[in-house]
Amino acid sequence: MASTKDEILYDHNHDGIDRRGFLRCMAWAGTGALCVMQGGVLKTFALGGAGKAPKGELSFVQISDSHMGFDKPANPDVVATFKAAIDKINVLPAAPEFMLHTGDISHLAKPAEFDNVEQILKSARASEIFYVPGEHDFVGDDGKKYLERFGKSAQSGGWYSFEKKGVHFIGLVNVANLKAGGLGSLGSEQLEWLEKDVKHLSSSTPVVVFAHIPLWAVYPEWGWGTEDSAQALGYLKRFGSVSVLNGHIHQTMQKVEGNVTFHTACSTAFPQPKPGTAPSPGPMKVPAEQLRSVLGITEVHYKKGQHAIAVTDESLA
Amino acid sequence: MQRNLFVSAAAILALTGAILLGSSSHAHAADTTANQITIDNFSFSPATINVKTGTEVTWVNHDDIPHTVVSDDKTTVKSRPLDTDEKFTFKFDKPGTYNYFCSIHPKMTGKVVVQ
Repeated sequence: MASTKDEILYDHNHDGIDRRGFLRCMAWAGTGALCVMQGGVLKTFALGGAGKAPKGELSFVQISDSHMGFDKPANPDVVATFKAAIDKINVLPAAPEFMLHTGDISHLAKPAEFDNVEQILKSARASEIFYVPGEHDFVGDDGKKYLERFGKSAQSGGWYSFEKKGVHFIGLVNVANLKAGGLGSLGSEQLEWLEKDVKHLSSSTPVVVFAHIPLWAVYPEWGWGTEDSAQALGYLKRFGSVSVLNGHIHQTMQKVEGNVTFHTACSTAFPQPKPGTAPSPGPMKVPAEQLRSVLGITEVHYKKGQHAIAVTDESLA
Repeated sequence: MQRNLFVSAAAILALTGAILLGSSSHAHAADTTANQITIDNFSFSPATINVKTGTEVTWVNHDDIPHTVVSDDKTTVKSRPLDTDEKFTFKFDKPGTYNYFCSIHPKMTGKVVVQ
């Protein structure tokens, strides 16, 4: 297998880390790359410095996979890195209007873990936070505690939509009722709701969809995909600008398909291996001094009338 | 009580195994006990296990990530989330084929055949 060959070629230290891939991730996350989608074409620029940050009319931040409660060697202190993420957000040149948390807020859906995240987020500059659950937030009680806490203004299954400055945001749940052998799943009830939710919108409305598990087949062998995402995206085909923001895979990845841009965010807790480069998608151990370079936050800017969504990943290093 | 009995049985089995093999390298004899399924690298091993009716089967999670053991019908067998090194035991009282999976990582599947 080619990927195995690559893995060995670049695994100079025999520690299972693909240096080439790792450096690529560093370049992408560490230096801050800027992606602007214009008319369906994705352009990537390197960020020269804070002064060149795009001045969008709407700025928000995506954080993901805080896994509060995780204490294994890949990161024994997820509280510290989560706080570092908030510190990073609080010094961004463009103040975010709100934040999205794309799931795996907690590690084991324990009340103390949710409490801890909410407590730490109180120090964030953006006070409004929109959540979608990860599979870890639904573990043990099928999401009961998550929905009681975060789903009050949502549909009963936890999904919802809202408008901000003419941009339509849709938070989806693809971690409930997972079937043996399957991938992430939205389910027929949520798909019906989605179809109705976007029906009244004009095709020029920019749409941002956020959900935990990627809505494209990143690597189905590891469960990194959503089985009925094609149907959901079908309802969004007519829109000129659709951005899909996901978490779950603890690394940045992007893809453009027509007018749809897919992007995954880093975790604030621990990195995961690149698809197929390890025996399993379990937490990836990196040297302690490198940990913060593979964790991060995602900044998003939208400028009205330009159909442009700019996505910037910044590491915690 | 059942669990204690099982643990004792496991200890005896482990001890017997160690004596038979005459080796001190079997400190983790519990991992090789019959009717135990280990979870490593997001997979159940062995993926299929054949047991007699009335057997207790134990799963132990060796991953750094929690997993669950849930039968495909989501009701017959349903473990709590198993964190690292946590165990779950279920007694199979009725013959049949029990397909199960991890409800957090549904790509992980296994089967218990009870005769």
